[in-house]
Amino acid sequence: MAAPTLDAARIGVLTFPGTLDDRDAARAVRLAGGEPVSLWHADADLHGVDAVVLPGGFSYGDYLRAGAISRFAPAMGAVVDAARGGMPVLGICNGFQILTEAHLLPGSMVKNDHLHFVCREQQLVVENASTAWTNQFAQGQTITIPLKNQDGQFVADDRTLDELEGEGRVVFRYVGQNPNGSRRDIAGITNERGNVVGLMPHPEHAVEAGFGPDAADGVRAGTDGLTFFTSVLASLVRA
Amino acid sequence: MGRVVVEVMPKPEILDPQGKAVVGALPRLGFTQFTSVRQGKRFELEVEGDVTPEVLAAAQEAAVTLLSNPVIEDVVRVADVAADAAATTVEGAA
Repeated sequence: MAAPTLDAARIGVLTFPGTLDDRDAARAVRLAGGEPVSLWHADADLHGVDAVVLPGGFSYGDYLRAGAISRFAPAMGAVVDAARGGMPVLGICNGFQILTEAHLLPGSMVKNDHLHFVCREQQLVVENASTAWTNQFAQGQTITIPLKNQDGQFVADDRTLDELEGEGRVVFRYVGQNPNGSRRDIAGITNERGNVVGLMPHPEHAVEAGFGPDAADGVRAGTDGLTFFTSVLASLVRA
Repeated sequence: MGRVVVEVMPKPEILDPQGKAVVGALPRLGFTQFTSVRQGKRFELEVEGDVTPEVLAAAQEAAVTLLSNPVIEDVVRVADVAADAAATTVEGAA
């Protein structure tokens, strides 16, 4: 475990009713050398954090649409304002769905094309290694992190997709099998500024050897997800 | 007591996996005449008193902000059901 520096960056992890992966996200922040700060959806105060993670789960039971009700939580107003000001925000799975509902990222997620919940170790290619959450990856690097969702099919109109591709805002693409019918194999995207990133797969579940996906150097040895969190710490040091 | 109905459908260009699953199941029950199914949502919003133009306008606003996501869905109907005899008849027959 990396030793936290004296002034470790404070990364908020926002919990909604029905969030599942907030503890894993907080743990990932700690393993990367940051200080996780628990944030509650009903609290509009972000407590001075330097970045925010919206973790996965089924906030409000996915009622209405995944992320649709969470988007109007008091904390989300503060997250939207901070994101527009340049603060790094990462949305994972349900967090990605919340970011699209909040209009911080374009497009939306609908049910997987095959209608089944999917849980697998997923290969992705990093197509943009300059965002706040990917700057410690190599451009074009292939990584493996878990994918687990039901409403994971990324959709947007062709004009939006062309715009995302043209501006280099497709951050991750599925490699091999497209697991959910996402348009153009898109697994994750960013905003114009590169501070807001959303993706369906789960980096926070691949941060410690022994508990991650299988990797070349051993069973459950994969820690590709940790680089998301070391990236944001690096971007905060530079900022 | 007044009631406003809001109906939301997936956009035509968005693949509707749920509708696809339903259309796949119908022939197994002998319903072979249906070639396509799309599944949407119906909301019933109740108010004290009558459905005024202001209430309808508020329902329209709620329909496009919370009840639907314009990226993937269209609001196809916002209606005062008490004033909509056809809808009431269909509901009564159900």
